[in-house]
Amino acid sequence: MKTLVWVEHDNASVKDATLSAVTAAAKLGEVHLLVAGSGARAVADAAAQIAGVGKVHFADDAAYEHALAENIAPLIVDLMGHHDAFVAPATTTGKNVAPRVAALLDVAQISDILSVEGEKTFTRPIYAGNAIATVESSDPKLVITVRGTAFAKAEATGGSGVVEDVTGAGDAGLSSFVGAEIAKSERPELTSAKIIVSGGRALKDSETFEATIMPLADKLGAAVGASRAAVDAGYVPNDYQVGQTGKIVAPEVYIAVGISGAIQHLAGMKDSKTIIAINKDEDAPIFQVADVGLVADLFSAVPELTGKL
Amino acid sequence: MKIIVPVKRVIDYNVKPRVKADGTGVDLANVKMSMNPFDEIAVEEAIRLKEAGKAEEIIAVSVGPAKAQETLRTALAMGADRAILIETDAEVEPLAVAKILKAIVAEENPGLVILGKQAIDDDSNQTGQMLAALTGRPQGTFASKVDVAGDSVSVTREVDGGLETVKLALPAIVTTDLRLNEPRYASLPNIMKAKKKQLDVKSPADYGVDIAPRLKTLKVSEPPVRSAGIKVADVDGLVAKLKELGVA
Repeated sequence: MKTLVWVEHDNASVKDATLSAVTAAAKLGEVHLLVAGSGARAVADAAAQIAGVGKVHFADDAAYEHALAENIAPLIVDLMGHHDAFVAPATTTGKNVAPRVAALLDVAQISDILSVEGEKTFTRPIYAGNAIATVESSDPKLVITVRGTAFAKAEATGGSGVVEDVTGAGDAGLSSFVGAEIAKSERPELTSAKIIVSGGRALKDSETFEATIMPLADKLGAAVGASRAAVDAGYVPNDYQVGQTGKIVAPEVYIAVGISGAIQHLAGMKDSKTIIAINKDEDAPIFQVADVGLVADLFSAVPELTGKL
Repeated sequence: MKIIVPVKRVIDYNVKPRVKADGTGVDLANVKMSMNPFDEIAVEEAIRLKEAGKAEEIIAVSVGPAKAQETLRTALAMGADRAILIETDAEVEPLAVAKILKAIVAEENPGLVILGKQAIDDDSNQTGQMLAALTGRPQGTFASKVDVAGDSVSVTREVDGGLETVKLALPAIVTTDLRLNEPRYASLPNIMKAKKKQLDVKSPADYGVDIAPRLKTLKVSEPPVRSAGIKVADVDGLVAKLKELGVA
């Protein structure tokens, strides 16, 4: 089987999510990549270094700079003429583009796969991860998105892929990019961090969140996450959200501070290796999944912890 | 312009789903069902656009069993003007739902279709994007802000790195994220009024759409269970644990 993997990038470097998708694709067969961007030659060259990669299709066009689905999908559909499976990481870009491709190919997409069980058989989470479905496709081609935490990352170097320029139709004339507010942070990225400190609604407001959670995270070199409640209340921006509809994380250590543990939040972090919970409510559901629990008032416990580390 | 809002009847988000013992699916017998939360946000956004004078008519659509009429009545009570149920007891995959919606779009010619970004049962996150593909319309997915002006709509999207704004030519497809709005509760008088609003019942065959599934579910199983660990008495106990884990 010949697969075409979507390379997630910012026109400068390959994003880590790509590497898990490559691992999943390699279980299906030959791995080809697609780098679609603008002025992204360096990305294509770096992508060619990923271990196990064959061809890198490289489409360089101003219309591909922001990965607008209207412009990207026809390009992918063209390339799918000689590939059997389109594989994208389940990032917001992958989730945006892949179904548009699937519908144009008249294929049922398989979202967020956890494992490859056979040539056309996969497992995927449903009901916020409270059930795992094993599904088999009957379509002639596959369109798949890959849950990053479920697959090891392919080696970013050591490969010897060949970059081949391709051209697509460019701008479909339906949409345009206006702007972005992308948070800049010195801290590790949530989805690839080894340690995450997450805060919930109990943090009261954004100043308290900042003053309580950030020093602990900085002491541990951790990324910072949040529950939906904390994001909805405006303590932190949306890209901090961990959960069913936010980011899915599986760090070595996940420290949940003032998070009660709604099933929607657990869906995003319960595959973490070690879960630590600090909550003053000893009946909070988070303690049912935590490896280490501390029943305490976070406003005294967290500063004390930060001080003693 | 008209706005179409597709809504899905799903397990209530407060209910913990249980996998059936025979591994064929999730047990929905005697379980509380509600409108998919993202779809409530979609209905609310459509109503706000109408209240702002940007839309004239809101049509709620559902593909599902007869009981999905209740979900449509909820949308009507919130403020949708009329509803269409495409009744089927079969499990309909996102691709087939998108095909049915495409046929309804062809009949109604809405300026916007606003959908929830995903349903909390199958967690697919596909239908809006697929409808956009099949109708050749632009898509603004995971919206946290929707601004209709003239012949275009600006959509601010929740993306992995933060927020991104795109401008789409109308007609367009929008899918909602959590922060777009806070859906209203239907008032009692509006619930009564909703009972009298038009609700047409059709079948997938009326639209000539083949809803045969493309995916076969071989089994549904419980995820690996995490068991509760230990509780430490104080912060010193926690520090010791963190040292054991090698992170402090």
